[in-house]
This record gives sequence, C-alpha cells and structure tokens, in this order.
Amino acid sequence: MDQFTINLLFVGASFALYIGIAIWARAGSTSEFYAAGRGVHPVTNGMATAADWMSAASFISMAGLIAFTGYDNSTFLMGWTGGYVLLALLLAPYLRKFGKFTVSEFIGDRFYSQTARIVAVICLIVASTTYVIGQMTGVGVAFGRFLEVSNTAGLLIGACVVFAYAVFGGMKGVTYTQVAQYVVLIMAYTIPAIFISLQLTGNPIPGLGLFGDHAASGEPLLQKLDAIVKELGFNEYTTHHSDTFNMVLFTLSLMIGTAGLPHVIMRFFTVPKVSDARWSAGWALVFIALLYLTAPAVGAMARLNITEMMWPNGASGEPVSVETIGSEQQYNWMATWEKTGLLGWEDKNGDGKIAYFNDKDADTVAKMEAAGWGSQNELTKFNRDILVLANPEIANLPGWVIGLVAAGGLAAALSTAAGLLLAISSAVSHDLIKGSINPQISEKGELLSARIAMAVAIAVATYLGLNPPGFAAQTVALAFGLAAASIFPALMMGIFSKKINNTGAVAGMLAGLVVTLIYIFLHKGWFFIPGTNSFTDADPLLGTVKSTSFGAIGAAINFAVAYIVTGMTKELPQDIKDLVESVRIPRGAGAAQDH
Amino acid sequence: MAEQTTTSSSAQASDQNYWSANLRIIFISLIIWALVSFGFGILLRPMLAGITVGGTDLGFWFAQQGSILVFLALIFNYAWRMNKLDREYGVEED
Repeated sequence: MDQFTINLLFVGASFALYIGIAIWARAGSTSEFYAAGRGVHPVTNGMATAADWMSAASFISMAGLIAFTGYDNSTFLMGWTGGYVLLALLLAPYLRKFGKFTVSEFIGDRFYSQTARIVAVICLIVASTTYVIGQMTGVGVAFGRFLEVSNTAGLLIGACVVFAYAVFGGMKGVTYTQVAQYVVLIMAYTIPAIFISLQLTGNPIPGLGLFGDHAASGEPLLQKLDAIVKELGFNEYTTHHSDTFNMVLFTLSLMIGTAGLPHVIMRFFTVPKVSDARWSAGWALVFIALLYLTAPAVGAMARLNITEMMWPNGASGEPVSVETIGSEQQYNWMATWEKTGLLGWEDKNGDGKIAYFNDKDADTVAKMEAAGWGSQNELTKFNRDILVLANPEIANLPGWVIGLVAAGGLAAALSTAAGLLLAISSAVSHDLIKGSINPQISEKGELLSARIAMAVAIAVATYLGLNPPGFAAQTVALAFGLAAASIFPALMMGIFSKKINNTGAVAGMLAGLVVTLIYIFLHKGWFFIPGTNSFTDADPLLGTVKSTSFGAIGAAINFAVAYIVTGMTKELPQDIKDLVESVRIPRGAGAAQDH
Repeated sequence: MAEQTTTSSSAQASDQNYWSANLRIIFISLIIWALVSFGFGILLRPMLAGITVGGTDLGFWFAQQGSILVFLALIFNYAWRMNKLDREYGVEED
C-alpha cells in the first residue's frame, strides 16, 4: 500500500469517527448547546479542554521552535502550561459557581454594566477570530501535504466536517468530538517520539530520554547536541542567550493570556459541580502535559537527527553529498518536503556537497572555507513548521506512523477551530442577540440563532483561511495581548475584589486594551499595515520588551486603572457584593442537569 | 441568579474564615508556581548551574520538564485541599 492510501485511510477513519459522534451527541437545548447540559465528567472535560487548547501551534510549530532555538524557547512550555495554575486557582471554580454560559455574561453581571459586557464580547470575538484563521490555514496545509488535494479543497472538506459536528452538536457535540480528537492527536504526537527516543537513547519515555545518554556515542544526549551545534557555529542548545527580562515577561504574558482565552474558560461551565471544575483543570493539564513534556524531547532529538544527517561523519568530517540526498532512502523526506517549498538546499560552491552551518559566525565561516566547504550555508531553507510533520520520515519510521501524524495534525487544528467557533457563536447569540438586541427571544429562537451564528462564523473563518490576511501570524500576539490585558484582570477582580465597580472595570479594561493595542501596532504596524511601524521587536520602544511580551504589562495597567477609578467613583451596590460572596462559596451551585 | 447567602452573622463569619483559608492556599501555591518557573527555570538558573542533570543543569530541567510537573502537583493539591475545606466549613454542594 502506498503512503497516499495509508494517509487517506487514517484521515478518513478519524473523520468518520467525528461525524458519528456528532450524530450521537446532537444538542436539543441552549444548555446543551452552550454548556453540554453541565453533565460532562471532569476527566472527559479535561481531555476535551486539552484538545480545545492544543492547536496547530502546539502540535505542529512548538517543537520546531524549541529545536532551532533550544533553552530560550522554554518560554512556550512554561507559559502555555503555567496558565492552567492561574485558571484552576483563580477562575474556574468561581465561574462554574456563577453558573451562566459565557465569559462576557459574568463580566456584564458582576460589573452591572452593559458596556462592560460589550467590551468583553468585542475582545472575545477579536481574539477568537484571529486564532481561528490560523487553525483553518493549518487545516488547508495539512490536507495539501498528506492528501495531495489543493489547499482550497482541503480547507472546504475541513470546514464541512466542523460544520457537521459543531452546528448540530453545539458544546455537547464539540466536547465528545474533542475527546476523540485528543486521543488521535496524542497518539500521533507520542508514538513517533517514543520510536525516536528508543532509537537515540534506548529510553521509551521521550522526556526521560532527553536527559539520558545518546546510545551511539555513550555521551549525554544534550551534551552531544550542544557540542555538534557549537562546532557548526550555532548557539549552544542548553544555554541562555536571550534577554532575561523579556523572557520572564513573555512567559508571564503567555500564562495570563492562556488563563484569559474565552474558549478555554468556557469549558469549565460544562462540568456538574464546583469541585469538578477544580479537578477538571488538573485533568486538562495532565492531558496537555503528555504533549508538553514530550515536545522538548521531540525538538532536541530532531535537531540532533537533522544535524547528523547533514554531517554523517560529524562536523569535522565531510558534509552530505547532493548525490546521497538524491539516492539514499533515508533522505527521501528532503525531496518530498522540497516540493512544498518549505525546505531548500543549494550547492552554492559546486563541490557536490551540502554544507550546513551558521554562516553569520565569522570563525565558523573561516573554518569551513579552510576545510573547502565554501563560505555559505547550503541548507538554505528549513521552515520550523515542517519539523513535527516530517519527523517520522526523518527518523525512517513505518508508513502507518506518518498516516497517524497526518490525522493528528488535522485533529489538533479542527478541535481548536470548533472550540473557538463555539465561543464566537455563543457570544453573538447569547450576549449580543439575547443579551441586548432581543431579550425576549425564545429558547428555540436562541438555539436557532446560535446555529446560524456558528454557520456564519465557519463561513467567515473558511474565507479568511483561503485568503489569509498578511497579518494572520502577527495577530496571535494580539489575541494573547487582548486576553491578558482585558479579560483575565476583569474576571479576577470580579471574583477577588468586593470594591471594583462598573466604572473602574470598564476603565481598566479599556486602558489595558488600548495601551496593549498601541504597543503592538507601534511594533507591527498600525492595523498591521506593513511599513507603518515606528519600532521593531529587535529594538523595542521600552528597553527589551517585545510587543509579544506586553500582555503582562497591559494586565498590570488594567488592574491599576480599575483600582484608581473605583476609588474616585460610587461604591459597589449591596446586591453585587452579595453576588461576589455567593460566587466564592460552592454551596448552592446549580445541580447537574440532564446528560 | 445564585441563591442568597444566609444573613446570620455566625454563618457570615464562617464564610469569611473559609475564604481566608482559601486565599492562604492560593497565595502559597502561587509562590511555588512562580518559584519553579520564573525562579528555578529562568532567574535562579545560574545559581543551580552546579547541579547537573543528564548533560545539562537543573535549571534547564525545570524550564523544560520540572515546572510542568510542579504545576500539575499544585492544581491537584489545590483541588484536594479545597474539596476538603468545603466539607469542613459545610459549604460543599450536595
């Protein structure tokens, strides 16, 4: 059986499974549509949250980012998991006790302000939309590579599948589909990693293999990696090269942003009890950790494998020849990925060899020239995003593993897309239509409007996925900045303060939002129009603070402004103080509803 | 809207104590949270450089593995202690 058929089989079978679940878990009420009837077991909910949270970025990009930078990109590992501690301790149980359907609804009720609710809805829609564009683009790319269909056709198939289970199933359908998607994606991520860890270190657990010994040389794996990349003029893998202050701030921004992303927070509305919301956050992190503890091993091992393939006899031997790349089976992946344009090499000095080294480092260039390999790096292009997808081929693993990785990448992108679309549609139907335009709408009418909102959101996301705006990649910083600077502080103050009033909260959110937006626009261009930026992230406005790290400062501004403005305005009404009291105590939360 | 809290002052005092106990657990947990990630993983890494772990130092291990494991322990510990606290103060759900 050829690779194409195997890929088709794996992807087709996983899609059939998702559709089957959609038919089984059709939502009949708004409670089922928005919160799966609040009947989801904490372990199940944790698994669904993990699939919801781990997007194409975690599955496809993260290990590549770590592989080519090393220690400095540990920020992603700590930032994207540390946010769950904030969620579990500061938000999840209280929002579950509050017992409504959306994040903006809590902000609107707690700050007794329609304006606060609308500001929250806008942040939520902007953050979710920018996120969903990236997921849809990822779906197109993964299809294009594995099923050899055009990007457009791939994207349309993906959109139809999401439509089927999200529009009909709502949160109920999405939750149970995400459980299946989690299983597919975690197997797809860990199975190749286990194989590779066994090959390189003899240890079946990649996270332990990373700190084990390299079987072929007997040296510790990381020491071996440090030595070989250093010889080629790159930064040592395990040492700290980036600015420490920015690294701390970026990690903190990722943590606060994670805890403020609405599609993750709303998952905690679906469990039966407050105590379940606490457990559920823990289970979510267990399932996320399975991938996040494996990712650094995938990164380091792939970096070592690739470097050794380019220098089969070590950095002091000969580089790999063009002929070997073209003829030997273990180099087949290079030809396959060259076709996608994401990988490239060129024999610049015509010696028949492809020398891979850091040609920005003068000492290494001198050494390479002396050895006769020329002064230029000849592995001209290596897109970070192909690392995870190409990894099984690089390690020469069997065809079914490659098919599994194809299905896993799609599962990661689709599950996150569905969660985001659900957050958007509930904000539109529940907060905008029922909350302000037509409060008298019947349950049936609201359910219908939620489905229409979802269908429109999918259509818009598909269109934007087909014609991605040039700024899609930059806007991820925006999504995290918005979540960190506006939503998280408002929620936290709403629970932990009995002082912050409506004016204070609105002023805080707007201040955090506006300052963060301005800082991002100053560095990435106004409304992301190229050339309109006054600063770059290489040389930022405030010392070493990159625009991607500004979310934490935006959050601090939000807190400060809210406290100052509250001090100058009217005291909080008694009924809101009672609301805060009741949110803090689990007793009396709505019992589990039908399943 | 969630149900009204009771008006008797002893119940209110008990709820206050429950909330203070909760804040104490949160505060300690967040100190550990910051210590293992920003501390051991980044700022204090040079101080831990002497302790080697598989070809590198302890700080690198905390940044790529250890902090995540501690985060997990923190969340489960919090859930367990709070669910116990709920019962002690009689504020659990039925």
